[in-house]
Parts: sequence; C-alpha cells; structure tokens
Amino acid sequence: MELGPYILLATLEGAVTAAVLALTAVGLSLVFGVMRVVNIAHGEFFMLGAVIAWHVAQAVGGPPAAGFIAALVIAPLVVGAIAALADVTILRPIGHDPERTIVATIGLLYIIQQLVLMTYGPEARPVLAPFNQRIAIPWVEWGEAGLRLYFPWGLSTTSYKIAVIGAAALVLGGVWAMMAHSRIGLLMRATQADREMALAFGIPVERVYAMVFAIGAALAALAAVLIVPISQAHYLMGADPLLLSFIVVIIGGLGSLPGTVLAALFIGLSDGIISVFFSPTLAKILATLLVALVLVLRPRGLFGRQGA
Amino acid sequence: MSKTARILALHGGLLAVLLALQFVLPAYHHGNLARIMVLAAYAIGYNILFGYTGLLSLGHALFFAAGMYGMALMIRLFGAAPAPALLTGVVAGALVSAALALLALRTTGVAFMIVTLMFAQAGYLTVLYFADFTRGDEGFVIKAADRVLWGIDLGDPANRYFAAWALFSICLGFCLWLVRAPFGKTLVAIRENEDRVRMLGYDTYLHKWAAMVVSGTISAAAGAVYGLLFGYAGASFAAVEYSILPLLWVLLGGAGTVSGPFIGTLLMFYLIDIASGLTEAYMLIAGLALVGLTLFAPQGLGGELRRRLWKWLP
Repeated sequence: MELGPYILLATLEGAVTAAVLALTAVGLSLVFGVMRVVNIAHGEFFMLGAVIAWHVAQAVGGPPAAGFIAALVIAPLVVGAIAALADVTILRPIGHDPERTIVATIGLLYIIQQLVLMTYGPEARPVLAPFNQRIAIPWVEWGEAGLRLYFPWGLSTTSYKIAVIGAAALVLGGVWAMMAHSRIGLLMRATQADREMALAFGIPVERVYAMVFAIGAALAALAAVLIVPISQAHYLMGADPLLLSFIVVIIGGLGSLPGTVLAALFIGLSDGIISVFFSPTLAKILATLLVALVLVLRPRGLFGRQGA
Repeated sequence: MSKTARILALHGGLLAVLLALQFVLPAYHHGNLARIMVLAAYAIGYNILFGYTGLLSLGHALFFAAGMYGMALMIRLFGAAPAPALLTGVVAGALVSAALALLALRTTGVAFMIVTLMFAQAGYLTVLYFADFTRGDEGFVIKAADRVLWGIDLGDPANRYFAAWALFSICLGFCLWLVRAPFGKTLVAIRENEDRVRMLGYDTYLHKWAAMVVSGTISAAAGAVYGLLFGYAGASFAAVEYSILPLLWVLLGGAGTVSGPFIGTLLMFYLIDIASGLTEAYMLIAGLALVGLTLFAPQGLGGELRRRLWKWLP
C-alpha cells in the first residue's frame, strides 16, 4: 500500500482545519492587536455561530442551500452584535484593563455556554451542507505506459470541503483589504499604533474597540458556520477552537495578522498529518507544551516583530 | 484591644465556630462544610500567589491535581499507607510548582496567565493520556480500607470533618503568619510596585518563585487531603474549571485577605449547590459572579469589609 495518497488526504483534511482555524485565530488576533486584551470567550462566540446557524437553518427550511446561506449572513451579524454589547456593557466599564478583562471574559464564557445549554440543550445537531458531492482523490503511479492517473479505492473528499478552503481564503483576503484600504481599517491601525494619540486626533477609540470586538467575534462565528456541516453544533464545541487559536496567535506573534495566518496553516496542516500517525491526545500535549515554551522563550512569538 | 489581639481573636473565633458547628450541623451541611474547608485551604494557597503577590495564575489545577494524584497513585499503584501517600502528594506539588515557576516567571501579565493555563492543560491531557494508571475521566475510588490514617478512619463523617478542620486551621494559621512576616510584606510590596522593590535591593524573582512554590504546595496539600477524605481521584480535578474556581472564590471573598478565601468558598459553594438544584446549567452562576465581581466589587467581600469597617484586617 502506498503512503502518498494518505498523506495527500491528510493534507486536504488539514487544509480544511487550517482554513477554519485561520478565520477564528485572526478574529482573536485582531482583538488582541488593537485592544491589547485577551478574549477567553472567543471560543464561545465560535460555538454561538454554529448554534445560531442550526436555529436559522431550522427556521428557514426549504433546500439545504437556502438555510445555509441565511445562516452564513445572520449568524456572524448576531454574534457580532452580542460581542459589541458585551464590550460596551462589561469591558468598557473596566477600562479594558488586561487582567480584569481576562477574568470578565472567563465569566462571559460560562454565561454564554450555560445559556446555550439551557436553551439549545446538550445534543449535537447537524446543519446540512448546501452541496456535498464526493470527489475521489487522484494519485499518479508509474505504470507500464509511463505515468498514469488513478483513483485509490475509498479515498475521497467532498466538494463542500474544498469550498470551505476557498471561502476562508476569500474572507481572509477581505479582512486584509479592510485593514489595509478602508477607513475603518485605518482607524483600527491608528488605535493599535498609539491609543492616546488616536484619541487626541479625534478617533472615537471606544467605538473602534466595540467594532473590533464585534468583527473578531463575527469572524469566529463565520468560521463555525463554515465548519458546522462537517462537524455539528454542540454547546461545548468552543474549547478546542479557543485552545488552537491561542496556539496559533502565540506562534504567529501576538497581534500580527500575516503571522497568524501562516501559523494557522502550519498548525492546521501538521495537526492533520500528525493525527494520522500519532494519538490525538499526545499530539495535543506536545502542541500545548510547545506553545507554553515558545511564550516563555520568545514572548513575542516566532514571527512577532519588536514592539508588534 | 491591640491590632494583633483583634486579628487573633477574629481568626481564632472563626476556627472555634467551625469546630463547634461540627456538633450541631445536620448531616448534609456537615458533609458540605468539610468539603468547603478543604477547598478553602486550596483557595488560601491560591490567594498567596494571586492576592498577596499579584500574580494571576490560570493553572492552579495542575498543583491541586499533582497533590491528589501524587497521593492517590501511591495508594493505588504501590499500596502505600495514607501518611507517606499524603507526603508524596505534597512533595509532588512542591516539585511541580518549583519547576513551573522557573519557566512561567520568565513571563509577566497576560503571557503569565496563558503559560500557566497551557501547562495546566498539558497536565490535564497527560492525566487523560496515561489512562492505564489514572483511569482518565472516569477516575478511581480509593478504598475505605486504604483511608485509615494512624488508626483513624477518615471515611467516618466526624473524623473527616476534624481532618478537614485541621488542614484548614494549619493553612489559615500559616497564611496569617506568612503575611505578617517580613517575607509576606515583601510580597505585598512586589504586588504594589515591583520596580521599586527591586530598586530597594530585594531579589524580586526569588520572592515570586518562593511565593509560587508555597502557593503550589498548599494547593497540592489541599488536593491530596481532598482525595483522601472523599476517596476519589478523577481527571475533572485537573481540568481548567478547577483553575478558575479558586480564582472565583478568592475574588468573591476578597483577594489579599486571610479570611477572604473561606468566605468566598463558602458562599460560592452554596450558590452553586442551590443553583444545581434548579438547573443543569449551574455554572451560569459562576459566570455571572465573575462578571459582576470584576464590574462592581473588584476587592471582593473581604476587601469591602476592610475598606468600610475593619482597616486592620490582614
């Protein structure tokens, strides 16, 4: 049996993980970069996205595509609104103090998670994918007549998974364009560079904060809507994305967006490939230890710049 | 009354009341209070690092679990007697906290929180990974026959209550002595302004390291005693929730007060106890309490008491 097709399959699965992870982690990184606070409730915004997607898909009915597209629009908006509300009512009164924000967002984590448990229940529920054709994975082999394309039996991916990768790339491009070319991006970068100076120039820093917090949460929700046809919506599903996003954001350099995307690709792909060969628990132990050590030895992250 | 006499009267009074309650409480609350006293000892350990030194750790479950598993695995794998098993748990906690402090104290602020969180997570996953020894999530029961310390059956409710009270008294007394000793005062000074303390010629790194080892060791002692008294060790005690809970208890009771951890543990235990009778989502109370405390009472109940009534409260 050849190993090549399996590695290709693992890479494809890893790319799906990486795509979703990149979206979630960029949200976390954006919040850390601009607001200088760590949002522990980020994973719960991810979970809320998936749960709202299920509710929307139920309410819309009709063909799977209709419900899914509605969810794709509504879930990030609702989650963003909830996040903005949380910022205004909780984080603003404590002045976005880094340590108190961590404690408050831990509280927020439990509040969101337990409210979902009360209303949505402990079951895992699926959302149907808008399209889901099976695509066999091709592989080349050296046959009698030279190189020959063939399809190893049973190895396949789906059109939806490929679409997730494409959609994530598109959204990340959009985030980059927003940061680099739009007026709100300019305000965000100004606030990130120097909060006091931005305030002196009349930038409504508090409103920028609420906006950034909302966009960060909306990105997590969007990632969850994309993944929910593959995994399922469950009230505890926020823990793993939170941990992985932390890992990605730290390895990528706290607050650096290109570093975050690179790290997400690296972690997602290696996660896909490692878990083919090792036990997932062992892989997670090694990953967490690695991150802790990176933070101990290089507090700015592997790709972080001085003062970034 | 002098300041010292007042302090001794207050804390001695608290211990005396707890000892007397043993004879009047109904069985259910009797059991609860024993549990609360052990958990309050854990909170006292946490408070030394968080309340007095100003270092917010999100990984104390690692120390609690190190104590619990250090003790429980000695009994389960090597058939040790309770006394050496307890000692192993405490030593395990001291070693783990000494090693983690060496690494984690290279970072500050938010990075310190994340590093402690990550190491505790790695510890939790390690407990799950070695399920052959620890039985993972399911955990294992420590048999009643293995829980007889010096001829005293710790499974008996009255003995259990005394043992919990003894642990709590030792920890409370030690904490009271520590924070009034020069070492404790230096810790408070580091919390208030580390640069200035360093400029005065103190080795702040060494002080913080020692504070973390003391804090971790007390937490481990609480973990070991908890496992022994209630006869069970499971991975849930190593999970992130058990790192958050002491933070919650200390915040509620008042960070940087000696009696605050007990007040916080008592109130939160009963809040969650009552809530879990009403709904499955009882951790909602913990979330609301955390948000409410950061917003309205960052000093906690003990801090408010000190601010309004008793300025001398240590």
